[in-house]
Amino acid sequence: MSFGDNSERTIKPRSSKERSLNLSFIAISAFFAVSIGLILLSVTLIVAQRAEPAIFRFGLEFLSNSNWNPVKDDYGVMPAVYGTIVSSLLALAIAVPIGLGVSIFLSEDYLPNQIQRILVFLVELLAAIPSVVYGFWGLLVLSPFLNSFTPLRGLSGMLPAFLILSVMVLPTIAAISRDALINVPSELRQASYGLGATRWETIILIILPAASSGIIGGVMLALGRALGETMAVTMLIGNSNKNPFLDFSLSSLIFDPANTIASLLANQFAEASGLQVAALMYAALILFALTLVVNILAQLLVSRLQKI
Amino acid sequence: MASGDSMVNKSDFASDTGSLEYIKSSSRNIFGAFMTGVAGFFTFLAIVPLLIILTYLLVQGISTFSIEIFTELPPPPLVEGGGFGNAIVGTIVMVGIGAIISVPSGVLAAIYLSEFSSPQISYWISFANNVLSGVPSIIIGVFAYAAIVLDPLGIFGHRGYSAFAGGFALSVLMLPIIVRTTYEALKLIPQEVRQASVGVGANDYQTVLQIILPSALPAVVTGVSLAVARAAGETAPLIFTALFTQYWPKWDSAPLQRPMASLAVLVYNFATSPFENQQRLAWGASFILVILVLITNIIARWAISRRQF
Repeated sequence: MSFGDNSERTIKPRSSKERSLNLSFIAISAFFAVSIGLILLSVTLIVAQRAEPAIFRFGLEFLSNSNWNPVKDDYGVMPAVYGTIVSSLLALAIAVPIGLGVSIFLSEDYLPNQIQRILVFLVELLAAIPSVVYGFWGLLVLSPFLNSFTPLRGLSGMLPAFLILSVMVLPTIAAISRDALINVPSELRQASYGLGATRWETIILIILPAASSGIIGGVMLALGRALGETMAVTMLIGNSNKNPFLDFSLSSLIFDPANTIASLLANQFAEASGLQVAALMYAALILFALTLVVNILAQLLVSRLQKI
Repeated sequence: MASGDSMVNKSDFASDTGSLEYIKSSSRNIFGAFMTGVAGFFTFLAIVPLLIILTYLLVQGISTFSIEIFTELPPPPLVEGGGFGNAIVGTIVMVGIGAIISVPSGVLAAIYLSEFSSPQISYWISFANNVLSGVPSIIIGVFAYAAIVLDPLGIFGHRGYSAFAGGFALSVLMLPIIVRTTYEALKLIPQEVRQASVGVGANDYQTVLQIILPSALPAVVTGVSLAVARAAGETAPLIFTALFTQYWPKWDSAPLQRPMASLAVLVYNFATSPFENQQRLAWGASFILVILVLITNIIARWAISRRQF
């Protein structure tokens, strides 16, 4: 919007200096706004450019190859892609029901307003604790505890990694689902009560379906976070690059050490050289593409929530 | 979630229509009480890890607390004592670089989105902003490595791991948080305020700088403190941009072009260390990080409670 249109009719017209100052202010702010898009674009281009040698060398076989051998310059990310997806899905399997329970419990009128607000703050605080602190705590407290009664060998494996991951993504799910539930028009609830439904019949049959796009959006955002989460997972998952489908079993799925793309990057990047850097960049590009797709879908779903 | 048909049971409706009394033993009410219990239990489950982690940090953190941890350098293995003064300075310096880059550019971008741009442009740019805030921090680290540590175009005149590269990576992580909170706050300022400003003869930048921005200041403070909280705890973008160092920054010879220590990377390096003293310092550093995050979160809340619109 522009405010200067009627300026000629006021007592004194603006000087050309003032007008050009005004225009340059708008131009500068426009530059910074556009640079947000440019950053996204340059992340893609720069990472892709560095990955180029590996892309030409390995092509799509990169995704199915389970070797990571700097000596022979033979690289593939199948175990890491598998670990990334499995750890994220297992974390969601725990965090979605709990997060949904939290969001229902803290959006209905079960608790006095004061206590509800404190609990909401505490759940949000879970998101504020740094990833590396989660990893450190997991390594020193959670893993030894799990080790004492499960088949977990040593201190690292899929189990502690996805448990910590579920704690880390829980606040995302709880906060966005709660927003979605609160935004459901109260007429829907009143109509449902008026027809004789109980509170939980109303929640399950009316409120949750009405809020579903926001809830799914929140779950997708949490998935995006889980896929890219680095430090806590790197410290707990064991960083084993073995092919997960050799002697595959439910126990090896949950307890064996594994790897994720993010922890592959965190572990190897600082010491890599030559084609290994390109292969790591290629892996980063795959992770970037994966999270980009998940995030764009999440944004579309959450922005529908704001239109209710 | 349970399936719908167990709840809507025809016989229940039939028995209920007889009276309007609340029948506790009706299966619909038992189901409701059960589900309330489950939801309450899940809320309890969500809070428990937070309380356990905070208790551990408090107990372990306070036991390491001393003046030395602020004034001394990290010790080599098997040496007692020591501290992480250089990591505290490094975190402050790099988060500071991040803030110097991201705060002005983020606030200006938000001003453009809310005051000057067309709705379509504003929609697409804030969409891009949300997508950017979801990009994993390690990807931002890889990007900063490729763009600044390798310096392919020779813009920075210096190749290699550096504090500046770390600060730059943090600024990319902070930017979307600042843009989003500022933009949301600017949108809430009533149109009348702008009209009044124009009515007394202000032009665009006067309106923005003297009227709009001061009213949105609490939200800007909130955004900045949330961004600082996030950046201070970030490790992944620093492990191959700023790396780590055992020494104090050398202030007399280009300290920003050398590797720099940070609290987060110190926790990462020492967490996996087998030496008790280093683990002890990692607890201390975690404790300080979490205290920092708590304080910035409380500032954020305090600021938002003071907003005018």
